[in-house]
Amino acid sequence: MAYVALADRDHEQHLHHPQSWITRWVFCQDHKVIAIQYSITAIAVGVVAMLLSSMFRMQLGFPDSFDLVTPDKYYQYVTMHGMIMVIYLLTALFLGGFGNYLIPLQLGARDMVFPFLNMLSYWVYLVSVLILMASFFIPGGPTGAGWTLYPPQAISAGTPGVNGGILLMLLSLAVFIVAFTMGGLNYVTTVLQARCRGMTFMRMPLSVWGIFVATVLGLLAFPALLVAAIMMLLDNLIGTSFFMPEMLTMGGQGEHNGGSPVLFQHLFWFFGHPEVYIVALPAFGMVSDVLSTHARKNIFGYRMMVWAIVAIGGLSFVVWAHHMYVSGMNPYFGFFFATTTLIIAVPTALKVYNWVLTLWRGDIQLTVPMLFAIGFIFTFTHGGLTGLFLGNVTVDLPLSDTYFVIGHFHMVMGVSPVLVLFAAIYHWYPKITGRMFSDTLGKWHFWCTLLGTYTVYLPMHYLGILGVPRRYWSYGSDFIPDSAQSLNSAITVAAIFVAASQLFFFINMIWSLRNGEKSGPNPWNATTLEWQTPNTPAVHGNWGDKLPEVHRWAYDYSVPGEARDFVPQTEPPHEGVVSGRDHGVEH
Amino acid sequence: MNVTLLFTALVGAILVLLLLVRQLRTKSWLEKGIITEDSFSTLAPKRVGLFVFLGVVTSLFLLFMIIYNERAEFPDWRPIADSRLLWFNTALLVIGSAALQLARNAAGHGRLSGIRINLTAAGVFTIAFLVGQIYAWNQLTAAGHFMATNPADAFFYLLTGLHGVHLLGGLFVWAKATTNAWQKPDPEDVSQAAGLHLSVQLCSVYWHYLLLLWLVLFYMFTST
Repeated sequence: MAYVALADRDHEQHLHHPQSWITRWVFCQDHKVIAIQYSITAIAVGVVAMLLSSMFRMQLGFPDSFDLVTPDKYYQYVTMHGMIMVIYLLTALFLGGFGNYLIPLQLGARDMVFPFLNMLSYWVYLVSVLILMASFFIPGGPTGAGWTLYPPQAISAGTPGVNGGILLMLLSLAVFIVAFTMGGLNYVTTVLQARCRGMTFMRMPLSVWGIFVATVLGLLAFPALLVAAIMMLLDNLIGTSFFMPEMLTMGGQGEHNGGSPVLFQHLFWFFGHPEVYIVALPAFGMVSDVLSTHARKNIFGYRMMVWAIVAIGGLSFVVWAHHMYVSGMNPYFGFFFATTTLIIAVPTALKVYNWVLTLWRGDIQLTVPMLFAIGFIFTFTHGGLTGLFLGNVTVDLPLSDTYFVIGHFHMVMGVSPVLVLFAAIYHWYPKITGRMFSDTLGKWHFWCTLLGTYTVYLPMHYLGILGVPRRYWSYGSDFIPDSAQSLNSAITVAAIFVAASQLFFFINMIWSLRNGEKSGPNPWNATTLEWQTPNTPAVHGNWGDKLPEVHRWAYDYSVPGEARDFVPQTEPPHEGVVSGRDHGVEH
Repeated sequence: MNVTLLFTALVGAILVLLLLVRQLRTKSWLEKGIITEDSFSTLAPKRVGLFVFLGVVTSLFLLFMIIYNERAEFPDWRPIADSRLLWFNTALLVIGSAALQLARNAAGHGRLSGIRINLTAAGVFTIAFLVGQIYAWNQLTAAGHFMATNPADAFFYLLTGLHGVHLLGGLFVWAKATTNAWQKPDPEDVSQAAGLHLSVQLCSVYWHYLLLLWLVLFYMFTST
């Protein structure tokens, strides 16, 4: 066993050193470059999804005014908007982008433990995006099955994109899952194995905790989507009947028989619900770090925050059928899933209280990242509260498939994570680029986005209570009252306003790359390791000759008796303070 | 239903394990100075990576098994009739797995010749298993059982196919390890031998796992 012990102890990471421009910027194994590649790709594809939403909002707000958005196109745009936003933007940006950037830097590692696999993960992700985008250019266009891709309608004649679009969608998802698995193995193993000396689990910043648990969820949940995608591909291509029931089409019997469409729904939501938390947990983590840093106060209830992240992760696997109350199920199942759904509100609410208590009597700096983080507390609470309505079977039934649902999930997993993403981008921009962004443009961006999105989604709840159904191309003049249609028009105007106001963000990011003030290594006076790198932006290998050592937790802000209002994690304790566990005094 | 419970248990176990890690109960805000007590960090990253990957594969196949068992209860299910070839294939995979275990033992004693022969044999038997599986597919199609004929056939092709793909992935790593094993050893370079030993060990873990997975699948195919 002597050999193994040697291999196991061999922790000197063999860094791959880029030799040329290509290996430095294109086929690069450095986690920071991969993070930027992931982020730019995800944001680019997210812009496509945002433009699609503007197009179908035009149709909804002003029906009969645009010939461009036919019923087929409407369904295709809605489908692609949803799928891109949830998977290819949010999952990829949180885990592929910020996961890659933050894990090694916040843990004091030189890189991910499997850099080559990490690089491969990005390129496979890019392939999945290209496959998805290719569906816009094939005859029949992308699939219009709705982002949930429910069979039998997803692969039955009459649905847009049934000839090629759905195949490319399923193929792209399968490829994405392969990419995610490669990345995910890396993130989990790096967190377990590559923490620097002194970085115990409970000293990890909450960002890393969120990303870590979200990755574990992803590794366990994405296989369900893979199973569903493979089986639906086979139903479509070879004519198996996993999901396809016996159907009469055009007066004759179809080729399938005996499949179960509800089985697909179970698989889809077994993935789909944890997916909500795959997006939300990294957001929870990152927003905690931003709030604590800019309130100059330690995060309230750190240990509870960690436990809540783990508990939410566990519970997220036993709530999936609350997406299926109207699909028909045993009432006891409904009762079970409603109960678990409401239980998950407990650790989630705990986190919200802790964020607010972190702000309580803090030295709040209203910087741009802080504004976005505080905005998140509002939108998330709002979206979470409407979730309580939908989690109850009896309340869900009348609200199901109405705009209330659209309003709810856009608040809770659209606007809220995106606000955290903006907070995070602004917060870490100085470390990534070495420059400060324009504060004025950032504040314009924040207020337009926050007020704009509220103007979009708040009225949707009202429309939903009125009973306006989702997924309709046009409502005609008799189906919904004129007042509801006016509200629909107003929502469209606001949606386009929000989309346009993202220009503030893009202009700011690009302009500041060259013209921003030099930020220095630690412009926010933050404690975590990424702000203590010898170079800004951090160079290949991150730490120069010597890895950092960690002497304290990540939230020593405004510690009484210290000269500065923050103590970096790398700073050793003062002389006379006894090192180690259980020597401190409870305070 | 049992498999559903099994899956819940898997997810539950992972998260409970996380919670039970002693460190999660510490009050890190009171601790100052360097603390090192990591249970994981003495392991090679590749070893941890493999176990995480096996978790993902378990999740994937457990989900398939849940669906398989649910579907098999419907009246239109027509199970695979003839499984003689599968018994033969199973024997091949058992030998492959055993050979890898021998290679691993040889590596433990530092016997290079033992590593070489057993490692090579393991690959040969595994390839023979895969060929046997393709042969089983041919037998099925010759008997008129195509993928779309019956859900039992569809699941058989799908699950054996996926299992085979995982073995192919293993063979890729095996090929690298075998090439290394047959190279002339450099007595100066200790890390070379250690690296080889680690790959043989991890290959054996992966093979035992896929053998176990195959036995479960085989039991499913013949018992429904």
